[in-house]
Amino acid sequence: MAERLQTFYDIMRAQGTSRRSFLKFCSLTAAALGLEPAYAGAIAHAMETKPRLPVLWMHGLECTCCSESFIRSGSPLSSDVILKMISLDYDDTLMAAAGADAEKALTEIPAKYPGEYVLAVEGNPPLNEDGMFCITGGRPFVEKLQEVAANAKAVIAWGACASWGCVQAARPNPTQAVPIDKVITDKPIIKVPGCPPIAEVMTGVISYIVTFNQLPELDSRGRPAMFYGQRIHDKCYRRPHFDAGEFVESWDDDGARKGYCLYKMGCKGPTTYNACSTTRWNGGVSFPIQSGHGCIGCSEENFWDNGPFYSRLANIGAAFGIEATANEIGETAAGAALAGVAAHAAASAVKHFTHKPTEGEK
Amino acid sequence: MSAPTPHSVPAGVVKAPVYVYELPVRIWHWVNLFAFALLVVTGLLIASPIWPQLDGEPYHLYVMGWVREIHFVSAYIFTIGFAVRIYWMFVGNEHAREIFLPAVWSCAWWKNMWATIRWYLLIDRESPIEVGHNPLAQAAMFLFFVLGALFQIVTGFALYGEGAGGWSAKLFTSWVIPLFGGSMEVHTWHHLAMWYILVFVIIHVYMVIREDIMSRASIVSAMINGWRMFKDNRP
Repeated sequence: MAERLQTFYDIMRAQGTSRRSFLKFCSLTAAALGLEPAYAGAIAHAMETKPRLPVLWMHGLECTCCSESFIRSGSPLSSDVILKMISLDYDDTLMAAAGADAEKALTEIPAKYPGEYVLAVEGNPPLNEDGMFCITGGRPFVEKLQEVAANAKAVIAWGACASWGCVQAARPNPTQAVPIDKVITDKPIIKVPGCPPIAEVMTGVISYIVTFNQLPELDSRGRPAMFYGQRIHDKCYRRPHFDAGEFVESWDDDGARKGYCLYKMGCKGPTTYNACSTTRWNGGVSFPIQSGHGCIGCSEENFWDNGPFYSRLANIGAAFGIEATANEIGETAAGAALAGVAAHAAASAVKHFTHKPTEGEK
Repeated sequence: MSAPTPHSVPAGVVKAPVYVYELPVRIWHWVNLFAFALLVVTGLLIASPIWPQLDGEPYHLYVMGWVREIHFVSAYIFTIGFAVRIYWMFVGNEHAREIFLPAVWSCAWWKNMWATIRWYLLIDRESPIEVGHNPLAQAAMFLFFVLGALFQIVTGFALYGEGAGGWSAKLFTSWVIPLFGGSMEVHTWHHLAMWYILVFVIIHVYMVIREDIMSRASIVSAMINGWRMFKDNRP
């Protein structure tokens, strides 16, 4: 890598992109971000003048579904993001280099551009046994993560793993996997949850940071508000069936064929903040509910512990060795109260009628 | 308001009636019951819409919509009633404070608590005399109803704000959802707390009926006409 960072425009022209294609790319990116047409010019200006953003993309305890999602982005194309918008200096699943050459980037980039690079984290660090449950390149992931984060400008938490913990942090969490904000406490962290996040949301977040040189507006949970501001339910195309009270009762019933609401089949759309029902997946082709399956709430914290996926009421009490819904617990308590009341009434009556009144009482 | 006199008993044989529950307290009690009953029924239906599968175009039907609408309107009535009741705690008589501030610092309160427990455990043959709520009832109303109602108002408006936005989103959703971890957890706790209050209601209804029959003072009619009437003249 050259000492002076090339601008985006330098790179694109060097790769043979015409001026015309460059401007089309800027307009498309502005449209994808939901910006007004005037911003196409702002994006073009930014890309002509700003150096490419160095990004280090680290992988901890995870399944790489975030990367799989990312490389399927349609607008902007993930290849455009990787080759033209950012300088992806480390990503062990996408980079050409391997072994010691690859690992070198993790020390070189922070030393060369302190405070200027973005750290993107896919997966999370397990803390149990000094982090021995996730060793990459011969060292515990948690140590490398903290080192690389120390000089970062900002940190992107990709997916449910880095944002909330996901399946490896579900009960009983034997490896003590924790979301990255538990070990990186002094940097701005932008959470992009989902298992995986929507491809266009991932590339959209990067485009925003590159274009405006700042993080997008975050909600109270640290997520970009433009993508996580509403629940799937709020923009679901089956919402009219919910309001009408028309629900699918079983997977092959008439309601399922007519596209009724999947609420009673355990759809987590009403409790899940994500852009699936607007952005959809695979270039806008579909999303789970459109395919006839309820949302499993993969972008929510603890979604594995709020199961089952096919029940509206969550099971609780697993920590106490019982699995029951709020209704089962409540009905048991109310039943016990009724039984207690009946027993007390009976005892009161027995006591009352077996008592012989003394002289003074009558 | 003049004290009603039980005409079957000659004057002086029983203790004079005491005006305990003022009109706003009585109105609140029954409005609150009405709102709570609607909230329980519609809340259970929201969690488990048990009606048979409907047929027809959704623009002709608004069943779930109405169930939720009734839940939200009842919630507003419940909340406004609770706010008025809190206001009455400051301006009402001494009995209006009992369920909000049980006098746990007072020795007499604990002595009466023990007497009430002995009475409920069928150890004592005769009920202790209380003008307002007995200490056990005060404690139960505070722990189950006051705290339970506050919890339901806060979690309920947090869930309401998720869809409705506006002031409830700013005031409640913004911090309640992160506090519990997610919207699903808030739903679950909101649902559990309904059962918590419902268990209280079961015991409350039983106790007032039992007290009305077996204790030495009127209970049920006191929440209708406001007067606590006594059945004898002993301390």
